[in-house]
Amino acid sequence: MADAAQNHIVGEHPDLLPPKTEVGVWGWMYHNLFSSPLNNFLTFFGLFLIWVTIPPMIDWLFIDADWVGETRDDCGREGACWIYIGVWFKQLMYGRYPDEDLWRINSMYIIGAIGLIWLVWPNLKYKGWIGVFMLFLFPVACYFMFSGGSFGLERIETPLWGGLFLTLVIAVVGIVASLPIGIVLALGRQSKNMPVIRAICVGFIELWRGVPLITVLFMASVMFPLFLPEGMNFDKLIRALVGVMLFSAAYMAEVVRGGLQAIPKGQYEAADSLGLSYWKSMALIVLPQALKIVIPGIVNTFIGLFKDTTLVLIIGLFDFLGMAQAVATNPDWLGFAVEGYVFVAFGFWVFCFGMSRYSQYLEEKLHTGHKR
Amino acid sequence: MKLVNKLAVSAALVSLAFASVTQAGTLDDIRAKGHLQCGVSQGLPGFSNPDQSGNWVGLDVDLCRAVAAAVFGNANKVKYSPLSAKERFTALQSGEVDILSRNTTWTLVRDTALGLNFAGVNYYDGQGFMVRKDLGVTSAKQLAGAAVCVNIGTTTELNMADFFRANNMNYKPVVFEKADEVVAAYDSGRCDVYTTDRSGLAAQRLKLKDPNAHIVLPETISKEPLGPVVRHGDDQWFDIVKWTLYCMVEAEEYGLSSKNVDEMKSKTSNPQIKRHVGTEGDMGKSLGLPNDWCYNVVKQVGNYGESYDKNVGPETSLKLSRGVNAQWTDGGLQYAMPIR
Amino acid sequence: MAADPKQVSADVSVPPSKPAFWNDPAWRAIFFQVLVLVGVVVFAAFLVRNTLHNMESRGISSGFDFLSKTAGFSIGETHFGISYTEENSYGKTFIVGLMNTIWVSMWGVFLATILGFIIGVMRLSTNWLVSKLAMVYIETIRNIPLLLQIFFWYFAILRPLPGPRGSIQLSFPIINFTHLIITVLVSAAAIFLLWWIGVKKRYDADQKAMPLWMLVIASVVTVLIIGNVVSLVTGFGLVAQWNESFFLNNRGLSYPQPIPEEGFAITGWAVAIGVVAAFFVRRWAKKRQDETGEQFPVFLASLGLIIGLPLVIFIFSGLPLHFDYPKLTGFNFTGGSVLTPEFISLLLALSFYTASFIAEIVRAGINAVSHGQTEAARAVGLRANPILRLVIIPQALRVIIPPLTSQYLNLTKNSSLAAAIAYPDIVLVFAGTTLMQTGQAVEIIAMTMAVYLTLSLLISTFMNWYNEKMALVER
Repeated sequence: MADAAQNHIVGEHPDLLPPKTEVGVWGWMYHNLFSSPLNNFLTFFGLFLIWVTIPPMIDWLFIDADWVGETRDDCGREGACWIYIGVWFKQLMYGRYPDEDLWRINSMYIIGAIGLIWLVWPNLKYKGWIGVFMLFLFPVACYFMFSGGSFGLERIETPLWGGLFLTLVIAVVGIVASLPIGIVLALGRQSKNMPVIRAICVGFIELWRGVPLITVLFMASVMFPLFLPEGMNFDKLIRALVGVMLFSAAYMAEVVRGGLQAIPKGQYEAADSLGLSYWKSMALIVLPQALKIVIPGIVNTFIGLFKDTTLVLIIGLFDFLGMAQAVATNPDWLGFAVEGYVFVAFGFWVFCFGMSRYSQYLEEKLHTGHKR
Repeated sequence: MKLVNKLAVSAALVSLAFASVTQAGTLDDIRAKGHLQCGVSQGLPGFSNPDQSGNWVGLDVDLCRAVAAAVFGNANKVKYSPLSAKERFTALQSGEVDILSRNTTWTLVRDTALGLNFAGVNYYDGQGFMVRKDLGVTSAKQLAGAAVCVNIGTTTELNMADFFRANNMNYKPVVFEKADEVVAAYDSGRCDVYTTDRSGLAAQRLKLKDPNAHIVLPETISKEPLGPVVRHGDDQWFDIVKWTLYCMVEAEEYGLSSKNVDEMKSKTSNPQIKRHVGTEGDMGKSLGLPNDWCYNVVKQVGNYGESYDKNVGPETSLKLSRGVNAQWTDGGLQYAMPIR
Repeated sequence: MAADPKQVSADVSVPPSKPAFWNDPAWRAIFFQVLVLVGVVVFAAFLVRNTLHNMESRGISSGFDFLSKTAGFSIGETHFGISYTEENSYGKTFIVGLMNTIWVSMWGVFLATILGFIIGVMRLSTNWLVSKLAMVYIETIRNIPLLLQIFFWYFAILRPLPGPRGSIQLSFPIINFTHLIITVLVSAAAIFLLWWIGVKKRYDADQKAMPLWMLVIASVVTVLIIGNVVSLVTGFGLVAQWNESFFLNNRGLSYPQPIPEEGFAITGWAVAIGVVAAFFVRRWAKKRQDETGEQFPVFLASLGLIIGLPLVIFIFSGLPLHFDYPKLTGFNFTGGSVLTPEFISLLLALSFYTASFIAEIVRAGINAVSHGQTEAARAVGLRANPILRLVIIPQALRVIIPPLTSQYLNLTKNSSLAAAIAYPDIVLVFAGTTLMQTGQAVEIIAMTMAVYLTLSLLISTFMNWYNEKMALVER
């Protein structure tokens, strides 16, 4: 290269191709993988890691795995036994919910999915109405469909609920119910001229944020019965839901507070100057803007809550993970716990990863209008 | 605000639908709701365990069925709440269940400080140890230094501590809340020893990979009288549960069983049996029950011996001989107070 | 407003209309606050009344008397040197549980921080493969529930290990210390000589030093040669004997426990003196640099004081330390120390899970330092290492610390998942066994919650203090 540079006549530029190490696959590899001795080492070390982990994993997961069959004896090979998941699939998805009533859950799944896609899909009409439906009517409809006891539907006790279905019920109820409580708490915490209310809200929020969910659930399962008037008692699931709600409301309050603080002071003052009352200015001016900003935060809280719902298995509810634990101790199917965990992990991962991507997308989309 | 209001209203609706308000009398309350809520274990073969088709069966379950038969004349009007060792007393105290029939040991503290009433003993048990055969252990006195798997917060845990302390042996406890977890931990080799009531050992053994690779050591280190429990403060309900158990035990003593009770009812001239099946006297009335309450129990559930043989007896996979649970006439401890 | 005399005079004739008191914001605020306060108090009173009534009617005892009663049950493991037997009180079970919680949280915070920083830096690596590997790690681990990860480690990884009699063993050499010391001292001298001749002299002579890799190889060869020569001369090898010291089985990891002998205290004092001395050296060096501009290798000097000084004293006081090796006797290993599978799985799951969050925090923190800062530092003539140490890290830390605090808090709270496996933390021991034995749910749950609240408060107070110290000092 140096020779070529010296040999050309001054003023004339020879049309040399760019060096091979700068372009194309080789260039990319040189710059991104082998740019220095340390990088060489790291690249080879990384490749080594991939080599020792990925091929055995693929072997176990797919190539050596057993896919067809119905009994334990069909699982004789080295790899995973997916038959196990197949056999217990219904339990993992719905718990012990009666087979002939599964359509009740499935139909609500479909309605819920359509509603959600409608809300998430950009540029669709009637989002407001769909939102109101999803927030208010849908949960009530779900309640009547799932637990039955009216409209000619057979009553299905909550101890029969389980699996992924129960996980979704707890997570969705937790988040939907905690949103309004969280908003009220956040407004209370932000109210400058009412120190008593602020103190109460701060105390409430910090109390629940300072303790682990598991103690809240313990409280719900062993202390709530003592709090209620004599003779009145709630279903175990309801108690757990109340615990989850209180807990996530505190986190939600902090998310909403972030949104309230991000609204410029001018907006509050403008609302005041229009002569709007406190609630009107909040409902019409501040909250719509604040909530829009914090949607990614809400989604993130939801992801956290979704993962945390697994804790209910400690108080004896059979959620997705709890069900996987329970079927793993079945005497006929001992020794397949790993398959169960992998399946449950995959299920949670799909949900959480999907939601976190959505929240990142939203964050980017929302940023454009609000960056100042 | 609308949002908050609507949610509050729907939350209230939901909670109303789930809440059940009990009145002072447990019996009236049960009659009103139409079924008996029975607290059982989360799965202990022979005592309370769902069978292949999901129906609860077992010695403890039979007691609940007997109470339902006595109250409603229908042994099937029972709903079951599987409870962990931790939840069981709270569930009973709070009224979530009407009766706790969950292999629960009768102790002074539970009877007094926890506000419970034990309505009798449906299985006299004692705590034992199970170990792997290949360890070569033949006595519990050789267990020094062992890791022991045990259920958390049970009398078992305390008895075990007492036993090791009394014999000056050290040990490592490994505790879990669910019985299944304890068994799984023992089976995987996390512990050398599994300890619980001997009946429990026999039952849980069925859940092991190779049940024959384990032996139960000869020592019985405690008294474990297991029985049904009700809340303090409702004497009528306490009486009903107590006498339902006696009804089952006495039926066996008199030779009444589900098979011959119809025949005996019509043919017998024995006044004891007549009182028992309700054709003489008004025993039911004193309890607030129909007069044929005990007939219904024996007809639909069977006597104590039948229940024992069907669920835990030598013919079942648990293979437990009657032992101290035999009738007092056979030298056992099952002694029913006279129904008269 | 009052400062403006014109306005005041203008307003004198027409006094401002006072709103009716029910429209006055101040009155309204008071009214609503009283309303809410009354509501909260009534609700609380309702709960308390119910609770008291229920406890009385159900015959549940109350109060904190139970704390002094004998517990009667045993606890699997204790830390911080606390001894506990069945004869201790329920109050002691509280302490033991609390200490176990602190123990696992402490190690969790430590490991998660290290792992999180490594992965965070990997994520920013210019090496594409390394960066993607870090990304895969983060996106996988943080989207799977922690409890599932704990179960995975506990039930899927540690459970299937062989029993004590078939342990996986790891032998460790017992080093002959005299041999080691002679070898190290002689080798150090030789390597210094090598460096002096090969690098310093040659560089001074013709500006061309020996390449680093050559120096490294030469050093290794030197050490090997000298080690063998010492063996030949003294007649014994570097390794006195191989000893089976680590045993991994389904009862955990047994490892040798160091046991200090008489005279070890001097080494301990040396560490303390070293720390104090290092502190003063640092102050002195800073002062000198401020005054004269001359630098002093503070890091090396501190290292020498804190590690080197005690090491030398330890060696010359006759190595007053021996190891207690685990041995298989009866059912289990006795002697040495053991990390139980419950502790290991809880610790690993907590660390890996929290590290995935810390990695993202670290990445965001370093990204938050504007590129202009690096360029400015370069323009001043700083080299890569000082730029990182003096410019980027201090600024990045400022962004990193607040979210890092909340991760530490989360880890501490998440350690309560110990209840799901059998690690005896406060939730399992106190809110579990003790609660079941005494039945006093209200007191016990309240105490447990108070513990977590206090821990949260302590960590956040400490972090706030640290944060303030690190904060930008502005004019």
